[in-house]
Amino acid sequence: MVKVIVYPPTSMILADLVDRMGHTPLVMANEIRNKIDTPSLESPPLNITPEDPKKGLKYAAVDVPSGVRGRMSLIGPMIDEAEAAIIVEDNNCLVGCTGCARTNELTRLLIKIKGIPFIELKYPRDDGEARRFVHEIRTFLEGLK
Amino acid sequence: MIRIAQLSCGAEYSGIQRELERAAEIVGAKMISPEVSLEDVMDVEKRFGVSVPSGDLNLIMARATRLVQNPELADAVFIATCFRCAEGAIIRGEVRRYIHEHSRLPVLSYSFTERTTAETLLTRMEALVTTARMRGLLARERQTGLTAGIDSGSTTTKAVIMRDNQIIGTGWVPTTEVIKSAEEAFQQALQESGVKREEIQGIGVTGYGRFLVGKHFDAKLVQEEITVNSKGAVFLANAQKGPATVIDIGGMDNKAISVQDGVPGSFTMGGICAGASGRFLELTARRLGVNITDLGKLALKGSYKNVPMNSYCIVFGTQSLVNSLSKGARPEDVAMAACHSVAEQVFEQQLQEVEVKQPVIMVGGTSLIEGLPRAMEDLLGIDVIVPNHAQYIGAVGAALLVSGMLEV
Repeated sequence: MVKVIVYPPTSMILADLVDRMGHTPLVMANEIRNKIDTPSLESPPLNITPEDPKKGLKYAAVDVPSGVRGRMSLIGPMIDEAEAAIIVEDNNCLVGCTGCARTNELTRLLIKIKGIPFIELKYPRDDGEARRFVHEIRTFLEGLK
Repeated sequence: MIRIAQLSCGAEYSGIQRELERAAEIVGAKMISPEVSLEDVMDVEKRFGVSVPSGDLNLIMARATRLVQNPELADAVFIATCFRCAEGAIIRGEVRRYIHEHSRLPVLSYSFTERTTAETLLTRMEALVTTARMRGLLARERQTGLTAGIDSGSTTTKAVIMRDNQIIGTGWVPTTEVIKSAEEAFQQALQESGVKREEIQGIGVTGYGRFLVGKHFDAKLVQEEITVNSKGAVFLANAQKGPATVIDIGGMDNKAISVQDGVPGSFTMGGICAGASGRFLELTARRLGVNITDLGKLALKGSYKNVPMNSYCIVFGTQSLVNSLSKGARPEDVAMAACHSVAEQVFEQQLQEVEVKQPVIMVGGTSLIEGLPRAMEDLLGIDVIVPNHAQYIGAVGAALLVSGMLEV
């Protein structure tokens, strides 16, 4: 079983695919759930506190917008933990990628320079592409030890 | 309950969402998020002519479109993006302009850091809520009866007594202890007007010390300075109808307000550092060995082109000042460079965010430093009005507005 980071990290469809193939998906939803379930923090709905952008400093300098650093405080540790990655390019907001484009750029970069196996695909636009898309991901996930 | 539509990118992840909601709650408002469809989001490029990769920014534009189509969804709009985000700054400006042009909703735009607190936002939110809630009162054009206004500013405290639309007494003292300074300014104004304290029918207060001073004087109106200063400015400049732009460079922060018929539409309040405030001019005067009241006249004799100065930060500004003087720069050139530097920063950082429409009215104590409005005229390429009693703008606005409350 391998820990696979999914990009965009908000994609629940890809997270489900990783899970079905017996691996552990690293996605934002789980990180957010941890935040919400952690007692004694009180900043609904996300429980992100002004302290989080400071933790994000590990991944992005202080002159990077606070929203990016706040996101990186959640995404950064997932990248640290990841043993493989699925990167989907040209995704639209149906994949759940609303957010900051600068965070997306940094996330992609950090995944790619980490030196873990990754697969990079274009977001499918029709039924045939979708089938190939799932097939390629499946083959990639099957090859992970 | 006033509903403020929140159009933002990054606020949740900067950890300040709770602060935004807390500030709204304090001023009796609620943050809401207008619902949009996927089509609205996919359609923004057609409407705005701009395509940005950040999903949240597209969402901001979609929400702005929905608000323009259904303005009853909210009473006011708060646009916010991360400080330092260029993409966010572009969209913030475009969305503000779009809402301003297509609706009558008051708009506040702001760039935040993770250190933004409810207290920082309070004056801005209060102004937004007042504009939405008290349009009737803000539309008041004449002062009636015998009223007083006190402006407890960060540097100076001002007071005026007004009777039947005329200023009959003024008081102006440096702010030390908030209440003591307010009492002194008020006494000066009473003395000049020949009016007894008990004759005053209503007192309105504004400025940083407004809550404390308001309680002390049992004021009928305790109001933030954005709405009050707008009102005072257009009243004194005789520009109550139609558009106007009010620029108030204060001791601690600056306000740039786009006004329509005496009511603030969009405004910005801030400044990166004291380098863009009256505080830097005060420091310049001290370093040049002249009184602050003489700095403006001195500046008019000089040229900013002879002295490189950038007061982006008060420390850098002071370095430029000291370096120039040590190289033998003429004091009049230094004085004008300081004025130009302050004006330039307001122009670059704040006037880009509001609709600059003529007449442009400069108010506050700094507007009397002649070099400053001159520098602003150079930068804007248009004439700037400095009305009589410009330094009493807040007190005049408060006295005018409180007179409207006497009839309620």
